[in-house]
Amino acid sequence: MSWLRANMFSSWPNAIATLLIVWLAWKLAVPFFDWAFVQAIWVAPDSQVCRDAKGTGACWALVHEKHRFMLFGTYPFELQWRPVLVIVILLALYVVSALRACWRPWLAAAWIVGLATIGVLMWGGVLGLRYVENERWGGLALTLLLATFGIALAFPLSIVLALGRRSELPVLRLLCVIYIELIRGVPLISLLFMASVMLPLFLPEGMSIDKLLRAQIAMTLFAAAYLAEVVRGGLQAVPRGQYEAAQALGLSYWRMTLLVVLPQALRISIPPLVNTFIGFFKDTSLVLIIGLFDLLTTVKISIGEPKWVGFGVEAYIFVSAVYFVFCFAMSRYSQNLELELAGSAATGGAR
Amino acid sequence: MIELSGVNKWFGDFQALKNIDLAVARGEKIVVCGPSGSGKSTMIRLINRLEAHQSGRITVDGIELTDDVKAIEQIRAEVGMVFQSFNLFPHLTALENLTLAPIWVRRTPKKEAENLAMELLVRVRIPEQAHKYPGQLSGGQQQRVAIARALSMRPKVMLFDEPTSALDPEMIKEVLDVMVELAREGMTMICVTHEMGFARTVADRIVFMDAGEIVESATPADFFAAPKTERARLFLSQILGH
Repeated sequence: MSWLRANMFSSWPNAIATLLIVWLAWKLAVPFFDWAFVQAIWVAPDSQVCRDAKGTGACWALVHEKHRFMLFGTYPFELQWRPVLVIVILLALYVVSALRACWRPWLAAAWIVGLATIGVLMWGGVLGLRYVENERWGGLALTLLLATFGIALAFPLSIVLALGRRSELPVLRLLCVIYIELIRGVPLISLLFMASVMLPLFLPEGMSIDKLLRAQIAMTLFAAAYLAEVVRGGLQAVPRGQYEAAQALGLSYWRMTLLVVLPQALRISIPPLVNTFIGFFKDTSLVLIIGLFDLLTTVKISIGEPKWVGFGVEAYIFVSAVYFVFCFAMSRYSQNLELELAGSAATGGAR
Repeated sequence: MIELSGVNKWFGDFQALKNIDLAVARGEKIVVCGPSGSGKSTMIRLINRLEAHQSGRITVDGIELTDDVKAIEQIRAEVGMVFQSFNLFPHLTALENLTLAPIWVRRTPKKEAENLAMELLVRVRIPEQAHKYPGQLSGGQQQRVAIARALSMRPKVMLFDEPTSALDPEMIKEVLDVMVELAREGMTMICVTHEMGFARTVADRIVFMDAGEIVESATPADFFAAPKTERARLFLSQILGH
């Protein structure tokens, strides 16, 4: 109560502003709540029920009916337990990796086993699982796979690029600068087009790399260029004295980098790194332009059906909610991690 | 042990060191003093090649310093260095700061490295801080951990670059005490410092530098009682005058 008085009603203008904002929020929130929950239609035998209620209640029946397509794309219907399992495995890997107590060598093994299992589940063709070509992958499963593999591959590459850009070897430095500037200077969409349209032209006759892999490579290269600049920022924030102290102890370049410089640089870079990860997660939706069915695309296609035309608002609210859950989780996690690391190491070394 | 002959060092057009000759015998304790910008720090930073010299010869324990990376790393492992700003690794505990180099450079087994580290922390009188991070220690404690870290490689020479200049006055003594003790044990030491009391008790020789040159080199008794040059006299009057 005293907090309210101190912060919200400390003066007349403050009190008026507070009341005005509360009133506005009330005016907006109540109708929305009414539309989204009270009057909403959750299940409907056909879309006519929704059409009758249009304007007064949300039609979640659309999401209910199309959720399998939205989440798994055109993956064979009776085999969709496989992408379900894949999503579960991915989520489990995220959670385990987020716990600092689990930052042990076995975590790397868990990832390798996990990703291998995911490959087996998605493709099949072994262990009596039916083969499913990756043209049919889609929905949330595809989005998570693109994002996970993209970040997992781009992050190490970005560290190498960032170190290369600060290297004393002129040729190496130049190569890294060219790579970073070239990739950063081009929109992701054009990279994806290049990967899907131009790349096959350069490959020898008869040889082809599949579309998903090409998209994954393009996205990884793109993310690596951005992440490299973030990592470089962290590297520059490590004081010169740290390098000198490591050198004075006789540590070689690689040991100094791995044991002294990178742990500090990456810690400093957590906020911008996660920022880039979140951006990258959402950028995966751009694969729609080369004909891959990621989550956003499957949702878009769902509302393109004559039956459900006109219920875009509900569909987009649903897909936004899914993206939001993942992005918000990343954001909260990074805040926690920052606090935890700051707690363990107190503040920096030199005063 | 250490020999610099005819060493010159430029930063761009600015000549930081001019024709430096200095020989340090095993077990000898040298205090380097002089006005700021006189090249004291630069000179000791040449000895473990944190800076590279452009002409002249520097040998440490019989190995000449060149661009040969292996030789440089070998010399750095033999030469301990303590910095003005401590430069402890903030992401590691005091103990881990001490075991890092022995484990990764000397390939000492972890257990053994930890035992040595604890011994050293006892020597600098802060064994109870072993598991704290540098940010949780006072300046004096950090500098003592930094000295212990340099000792963890069992160096033959210790370089001190103004080790007490960044400390609050009440913490200077605890650091100097550790350094005096180290000197008594026979460590070869080169200290850049303005602590003239320390110089008087510990130094075998005082090297006075000004404008990139060694102007005077004498025992503490001679140097304090009868400085030979006008520049040294002026410096002493400024530093001891207040």
